[in-house]
Amino acid sequence: MNNFTVEAIELTRLYGGRPAVSDVSFNLTQGQVLGFLGPNGAGKSTTMKMLTGNLAPSAGSVKICGIDMIENPKEAKALIGYLPEMRPLYKEFTVDEYLTIAARLHKVSSKHIKKAVENAKARCGLSHMSKRLIENLSNGYQQRVGIAQAIIHNPMVVILDEPTVGLDPIQIRDIRALIREIGGQHSVILSTHILPEVEMVCDHVQIIDKGKLVFNGSIDVLKRQRIGNKLLVGFNKTPDIEKLAKIKDVTEVEALENNMVRIRFAEGKLPHEAIVQASVKNGWGLYQIAPDQTSLEDVFMQLTFQDVAAPDAVAA
Amino acid sequence: MILSIARKEIKSMFASPMGWIILALLMFAFGTYYLNGVNDYFEVMSGAIRPAERYGVTQFVGQTVYGLASFIMLFAVPLLSMRLISEERRSQTLPFLFSAPLSLTDIVVGKFVGLVAFLSILIVYIALMLCTLNIWSDIDFGYILANSLGLFLLLASFSALGLYFSSLTSQPVVAAILSFIALFALMILDRFFAGDPSNTMSQLSLMKHFQSFAGGLIDSGDIAYFVLFIITFLILTIRRLDADRLRG
Repeated sequence: MNNFTVEAIELTRLYGGRPAVSDVSFNLTQGQVLGFLGPNGAGKSTTMKMLTGNLAPSAGSVKICGIDMIENPKEAKALIGYLPEMRPLYKEFTVDEYLTIAARLHKVSSKHIKKAVENAKARCGLSHMSKRLIENLSNGYQQRVGIAQAIIHNPMVVILDEPTVGLDPIQIRDIRALIREIGGQHSVILSTHILPEVEMVCDHVQIIDKGKLVFNGSIDVLKRQRIGNKLLVGFNKTPDIEKLAKIKDVTEVEALENNMVRIRFAEGKLPHEAIVQASVKNGWGLYQIAPDQTSLEDVFMQLTFQDVAAPDAVAA
Repeated sequence: MILSIARKEIKSMFASPMGWIILALLMFAFGTYYLNGVNDYFEVMSGAIRPAERYGVTQFVGQTVYGLASFIMLFAVPLLSMRLISEERRSQTLPFLFSAPLSLTDIVVGKFVGLVAFLSILIVYIALMLCTLNIWSDIDFGYILANSLGLFLLLASFSALGLYFSSLTSQPVVAAILSFIALFALMILDRFFAGDPSNTMSQLSLMKHFQSFAGGLIDSGDIAYFVLFIITFLILTIRRLDADRLRG
């Protein structure tokens, strides 16, 4: 018996013969926060629905803490907290009433319901909203109620589908802090479109495109890919490209607009000093030298549109 | 777990004015008919001189009230049952129930029990109202018991059918209209085959099976009919929800 909290094994889901998700496999261990990325219609929500037992997979299986979702749905579902994309809120109830129902349905024993509700409210910053009707809450507060509902029974795995949609920047920061806090004790899976969010919150990333997993690895791999061995150098006068290319450890020089030059260098070497010296010697008038960061968006584009340049180092 | 769902349903019924208004209107209607029945009793019975034409006050008043109840519920139950599942479908709250550790049977039976419990308020109310006749006369409690049981089974059948139609659509109004049409057809089915009472079709009529209860007769055959009717529609509802999970 391993200690994976979530195991997805070759999950496939067909919609009328067309695969929405095909052959998605991954595991999650306790204390991990997994970010699920992908363009619209890539199959993120479908995968999440299958993980939570809202949708039956056409093939493959899901195990939550070793319990099969298809064979023992009740036991497996008891270990999950799920916030779907559309918040499942009963708007005619107050926050307290709704959370009490959520606790009761998730088999929190009647002695602990009150405590569980208070606890969930405190964690989501809802304590002063207890008696308000959910209908009258702002979008952001409704989202918080949605998250409170998902963590009320202290589940092993929390699955959040786009948790920060429609929130203001301060609330987004709070929610991210909350997700990190939950991630300390439980496993969290969240899907999002916002790439910096993944970088801030998650320690594991999956990118899914057209139903297939195109990247599955630690966030560090993605970050390393992002920084790369590139420098962006700006000169006042047009530099001599050939002389630049001859500098030790420089592998490639590419001239850009406004006398900017992109310099690639060998892995693990630091030619910065040599470039500065060359500039001084030749009077090119160096005014800027900085690491050339590929934006996360570019990495994402590279991974999801495979016809555009094959990704350099995709960790499987 | 079934009870948790039932509690939630009752709570949500009373959270909107809908539940209160329907209860108030129905109680007003039953109360009026009850009073009229008591008034009419003396007029009619004083006209009926021969002893064979006279019958008890329980039956006389009960007939009026229970007759009205079975008819008026034809409109009320679809209005109450329509939102059970279709409203959840429309506001996308079904995943909340599906991802809780509940089986589909728990969810469907819970909703059914919730609605029937709500309707039972009315049944108890009618029974209590008729029992007040006992203050000045000697009433037939067996008759009230049989009618209450009959009305209970009838309303439970209405609810099961309404629940099923509610699971078919995401528009509560469509669900209400469909279940009203279906119930109405089932109610008057025996009228169509009145000439041939042994016809199988007329056996399917809800009203025909309610008749014996209305006369004060508890027939195990009729109980079996209602129970089977309820189970059939509950199973159909479970199958319908399961199809959601399988086909998406």
